This record gives sequence, structure tokens and C-alpha cells, in this order.
Amino acid sequence: MSASTHSPVLKHHFDNLEQQHSAERLGMWMFLATEVLFFSGLFVAYTVYRYLYPADFEFASSHLILWIAGLNTGLLITSSLTMTFAIRAAQLGDRPALLRHLLATAALGSAFMGFKAYEYATDVEEKYVPGPMFQAEYDRAVEELTHAPKDHAESHPHNPAWDLAARNLGKTYGDPGFISPQRVQLFLCFYYVMTGIHGIHILVGIGCILWLVQQTYAGKIPPENYSTVEVVSLYWHLVDMIWLFLMPLLYLAGAGMKSH
Amino acid sequence: MSIVIADEPRTAPPPPEPAVPVRNYLNNNYSVWSWLLTTDHKRIGILYLVSLTLFFTVGGIAAGMVRLNLLSPSGAILTEDQYNRMFTAHGVVMLFLFLIPSIPAVMGNFFIPMMIGAKDLAFPKLNLASWYVFMIGAGFAVWAVLAGGIDTGWTLYPPYSSRYSHTNVTPGVFGVFITGFSSIMTGLNIMVTIHKMRCPGMTWGRMPLFCWALYATSFIQLLGTPVVAITLTLLMVERVAGVGIFDPTIGGDPLLFQHLFWFYSHPAVYIMIVPGMGVVSEIITCFSRKNIFGYKAVAWSSVGIAVVGFLVWSHHMFVAGISYYSAILFSFLTMLVAVPSAIKVFNWTATLYRGSITFQAPMLFTLAFLVLFTVGGVTGVFLATLGTDIHLHDTYFVVAHFHFVMVGGMVLAYMAALHFWWPKMTGRMYSDFWSRASATIIFVGFFLTFVPQFVLGYHGMPRRYPNYPQEFQVYNVLSTAGASVLGFGYLLPGVYLTLSLFFGKKASANPWSATGLEWQTPSPPTLHNFDATPVVVCGPYEYAIAVDQMGRGLPEPPGPGSAGDPASHFGPTGPCGPIYKETEVVG
Repeated sequence: MSASTHSPVLKHHFDNLEQQHSAERLGMWMFLATEVLFFSGLFVAYTVYRYLYPADFEFASSHLILWIAGLNTGLLITSSLTMTFAIRAAQLGDRPALLRHLLATAALGSAFMGFKAYEYATDVEEKYVPGPMFQAEYDRAVEELTHAPKDHAESHPHNPAWDLAARNLGKTYGDPGFISPQRVQLFLCFYYVMTGIHGIHILVGIGCILWLVQQTYAGKIPPENYSTVEVVSLYWHLVDMIWLFLMPLLYLAGAGMKSH
Repeated sequence: MSIVIADEPRTAPPPPEPAVPVRNYLNNNYSVWSWLLTTDHKRIGILYLVSLTLFFTVGGIAAGMVRLNLLSPSGAILTEDQYNRMFTAHGVVMLFLFLIPSIPAVMGNFFIPMMIGAKDLAFPKLNLASWYVFMIGAGFAVWAVLAGGIDTGWTLYPPYSSRYSHTNVTPGVFGVFITGFSSIMTGLNIMVTIHKMRCPGMTWGRMPLFCWALYATSFIQLLGTPVVAITLTLLMVERVAGVGIFDPTIGGDPLLFQHLFWFYSHPAVYIMIVPGMGVVSEIITCFSRKNIFGYKAVAWSSVGIAVVGFLVWSHHMFVAGISYYSAILFSFLTMLVAVPSAIKVFNWTATLYRGSITFQAPMLFTLAFLVLFTVGGVTGVFLATLGTDIHLHDTYFVVAHFHFVMVGGMVLAYMAALHFWWPKMTGRMYSDFWSRASATIIFVGFFLTFVPQFVLGYHGMPRRYPNYPQEFQVYNVLSTAGASVLGFGYLLPGVYLTLSLFFGKKASANPWSATGLEWQTPSPPTLHNFDATPVVVCGPYEYAIAVDQMGRGLPEPPGPGSAGDPASHFGPTGPCGPIYKETEVVG
């Protein structure tokens, strides 16, 4: 072993930094492969059901809040950009820039989660939650609309359950154009599970970035150790990319349907 | 004992090795924290060994209860509910807490870095984390099956598991979900280590077949485990929230769960068996004193099993209502996966041909593996065939088939590995007589347990039933009698291996005169495995070349001092090849 290998960031079981960095990168890429497989189970299941119940999924999708999803997409794409700037800053050993870019990335991720939380709150307020909540609201809407269609429909213009009840008025299961409230719940299961698991991944990513911020403060990210930033960035980009698939599947599936 | 590098040929007889290396990984530090916070791959392997022995005992006791209950046609000792919980406990504990981590986590952790000449796995802290994650998950799972139990069977099919079972399904599933992460961590670590940490000269074609097998296993762990993780997550969500995507009342399809579950759980049986195949390749060459027959074929068939193994899952669902055409396709693909397995068996058999075979315990376990795995594999083809599967599906024939592969194959390979590497791991030799006796008893007990089950299954006794018609009793009694013999066979190693720790003869560095790099360090190994980075100049199984001429090792000093050593009577044998002959086996 040559003297150059005794860098403080070199771990004892590696021969040199190059080996260490490439092992770290390869490890992260393999972890990303497992993440892709993790989400792919959900994508497969979604595909099966959307193929079986296209109209129900379109209706359910059209009642999600598209502007939040669009804004969130922008936030995440921007955060990928700042994350990439952070790698560059780490390579150059520019600590203030590194901190700035890391904090910007964490802030953009947090903003994403903030909007997401607001969206969930709105959904719950509209009782757009699978299970008894949605079903009870739908049953109530059907009951009241059957007696006095006009007044009530206008009193709840944006509520998904009421909109669905108004559409289904006078139809029964199996009629053309009837949209099953149960299958709408099936879509909502996917909506909550997919965005929920994605949200957990964002939180983990923000945690990792804050850890990087702390490490940078402590001076543990010298330029020769920039691969730590790179490895976290790989994870962050993957989480962003999964969102780019979730967004159209969940929010744009029903974009062609006039819901209101 | 030192490592001989290629450019320092040794012609004089080597000096006798020091009796006790000054410091090794065991005597370096005795404190509890030095074990619980260790990042040494060898110590983590031992941590896994201790935990897995515990879980094997728990699963074994559950199996014993199941077999005892089946002594009587109306259930001998358990109620129906208890019986359901007991076989579920047996399945969950044995599969998720013993078989899946067994060889990768114990032997893989311990020996992969040593076999490729590395100081440690690529991510030592991740390795320790994997043990803690495993123990947390195992804690949930064991607590769930002991306190109240789970009655769904280990396959956890909804809607029974999601809606109707009033047992501890959620904590049990959560435990299994967590241990999955441990499996991913171990697989990732081993895969990166094999890619990045090989010592100079250790090309892919010179890698021991054990490494190839664990590489293929890690591939399955990495790509399969996340799918079952999401499937179990969806099941837990459905149970906790009361609504989910497998719920038929909202248009969900329970069959989708079976697809997703078996997409992992079928490849998972290859996670269990492929490492065993790697062990067999190591031992069969060593105890036949021969190079492996068809290195490339054995190496690539591991990868072949890993790949084709992902394309066969629906054969678990032939009678579950899948399309006829997809059943034909999956039947064909299932038979296809028998090809790489058969390639291995034929190559091992050819390796034995004209070898100088000796019958120490590791070899006896390995030969038992060959027989039992072949029976298990061939009966698997009966089940892959659509027509016969309709008759045999969910009968004891299936139970006997997978026990032949999982126990006759994998557990025996695990025992073989344990006996082969025990001197290296602990620095002690175990009793030659008792270890051979144990291998023989296990082999006999195994046959007696599971052959009657083939007959039972053929005559239509369904699995998972506590009751059966009177005329099946004789076979069930035979099977339970066999299980008692088998249980006794498993107890023996527990005794003589434990005794060997205190009273066993000190093991030399290379008691079997094996060629692997792991035998070139003292027993037990030093802290960082090797005093200097080894250099490899030839293939992994050059038993035809004297060990000291392989450019990387020393033979055992012959002499009366090692006469009682079970393996000491074979030293370097065969014609001496040219010194430092470069033997590249694969490209």
C-alpha cells in the first residue's frame, strides 16, 4: 500500500479511495434496484385494476387536486437540480455552496411534503377516503339526491361522493355509465398507499440530506469524499423519478374527464 | 502461518505452525459489547449462527408438535385451532427465520471475504445493522407465533388473512417484512463485496463456486425481496385499515396477492437452495481430491437458476383459477428450471468419478444432499406437470417434495458447511465418530419421515389437515417415528459441537488440506483475515497440484502429531504440476 492511500476518509478494509467510492456507488445502485422492484409491485397491481376498471379509475382520478400535484412535480424537479449542484460544490470543496444547495434541496422536499399534507387534509375533509367514510357519504348523497336532486347537488358541487351520486342517479350497477363507488375506493387505496410510501421515502431523503448538512458542518465531507453526497443524490433522484411515474398514473388518468 | 506470495517459492518443508496464533478474532476482546457492536464479518457470522440455532430449535419443536398430533387420526395432542397455529409457526419460523438467512448470513458473512481475499465485507456497519434488523423482525414474528399464534399458514392468503383470521397476523407479517430488509442488506453487501473487493489475481473464473452461488442468491434477494415487502405492506394496510386492494368487496382480487407473493416466494426457495449448492461444490471437490467437473457449467447454472427461477411462480396456482394457457407456459418454464439443477448434480457426480473419496462428516452430509436433493428435484417435475399436479396439489406429496429439497437439500448442506468450516470458525476439531453418526442418523431419519408422506399424498391426504382416515395411520406413525430419529440426529451436533469448543482438539490451519484462500489463514482467523493481501495465480480447486505449489499456500506438516485428526491422513496428493502454472478456468 502506498502512502497516498492513508487518507482519513479511507476505511480500513478498502485498498484505496477509488475502490471505496466505486463500492459505495455500486451499493447504492443495487439498493435503487430494490426500490424499483418495491414500487413495481404497486405499479403491476395498479395496471391490472386500471385495465379491469378504466372508467371508475378515471372518475376517481379526476377528483384529486391536480394543481397541487403539478406544483409538487415542479418542486421535486427543482430539488433534483439543487442536489446536483451540491455534488459539484462537494467536488470543488466549496463548503458554503454545498450547505446552500443541500439546505435548498431539503427545503424543496419539505415544501413538497407540506403541500402533500394540505392535500391529504382536503381529501379527508371531502371524505375522499376509502372504506366506510366514503361509502357512508355516498349513501347519504344517493338518499338525499333521490328525494331532492337539484338543491343538494349544488350545495356540494366539488364533493366526490356527491358528484358520483349525481352521476349514478337513476342507474344501477351494470348500467352503461354507472361508476361503482367500491371501485372508486379501490383507486383511493392505491392513491393513499402509493403517495404514502413515496412520502415516507421523501422524509427519509430529507433526513439523509440533513445528515449531510451536519457532516458538512463537521468538516467530514472533504472533496475526496464527495461520493457520500453523490450516493445520497442517487437516492434522491430515484425518489423524484418515482414521483414522475406516480403523478400521471394517479392525477392525469382522469384528466380527460369533465368532473364538475 | 503466513501467506506465500507467488514470487517466493517454497521448496523446503514448511516450519510447523505456531500452536496458538497470538491474536485472533475470538480472543481479541471478550467483552459483551465487543460482540454486540462488532463490525467484523466473522463475529457477525457467529451472531447469526447463534440466533439461527435458536430459531431452528423453535421451528423444530413446532414440527415435532405437528408430527406428534398426527399420530392419531383425530389429533393426538392438539385442538384443531392449536394445530393450525402450530404448522403456521413451523412454516414461518423455519422459512423466514432459518432457511432464508441460513447459509448467506452465517457462512456467506464469514467466508465470502476470506474466500476472495478481502479484509471484510464492503459495508461492515450495514452488515451489523442487518443482524439487528433481523433480530427485531424475528422478535416480532416469534412473539406473534408464540403469543396467540397465526392460523393462516405461512402463505398468508387473503381474504382469510386480511379479513377473517382473528390471530396475530399483523405483528407476524410485520416481523417477516422487517427480516426482509435484513435479507436485502446481506445480499447487497455480498454482491458489492464480490464485485469490488476481490484480491489481486482473483478473477471471476478463479472464484470458488460458493461465491458464484452466493452471488446468484444475492441477485434473487435483491430483486425478489422488495416485491414481497410491498405485498406484505399491502396486506398489513388491508388488515389495519379494513380496506385494501385484495378486498373482493370493492373489486379487489385475492389471486393478485398469490401472484405477488409467489413472485418472491418461489425464487425464495432458490435463495434457500442455491447457497447449499455452493457449499456442495466446495466440499465435494475437497473430499474427492479433484478439480470440479465443469466449473463453468456449475458456475453459470447458479446464475441460470436465479434467472429462470423468477419465471415460474404461477405453478403454485395451477388449481387456483389462472388461465389455461398461462398454466401451460408456467408448466414448461418450471420444467426448464430443472435443467440447471440437473447440470449441477451431473457435474458433482462426475467430480466424484475416480476421485480419492474420504468419508468425513462434511462429505457424508454432502453425499446425503446429493441423494435427497435429486429425489426432491425429480418429484418437483411431477408437480410441474399440469395433469399430475391437479391430483397432487396441496397433498402430502407436495409437503414431502419440498421437505426433500429444503431439509434434505438445504439443511443438510447447512450441516455440511457447518462441519466443513467449524474448525476454521472455532479453531477446534469435533468428534469424528459422532459427527459421522449424526450424518447417518439424520439421513435415515429423514427418509423414514418423508417417504411415507409421498405415499400419503399420492393416496390423497391433504396438507394442513389435523384429521385423516384410519387407513392413513400407519404411514403417519412411520413418519412421526422418522421425525423422532431425525430430531435425535439434529440434537447430536448440538452436543458434540458444543463439547468441541471446550474439549476439542486444536484445529490446524487447514485440517482438510483444502485449496480455498480461507484455509490459508490460522484457525481461528486473525483479526483482518490475512497478514498480507493474498495473490491468486490458479483456479479454486487445483487438488491435482500440491497445495504448496499453488503459489499461495502451504501443506499441512505431515507427522504423528496430527494422526488423530480426522482428515490428516490426506496430504497434498496427485502429480505435481509445474510450479505457478497459470490455470485460468473461465475467461
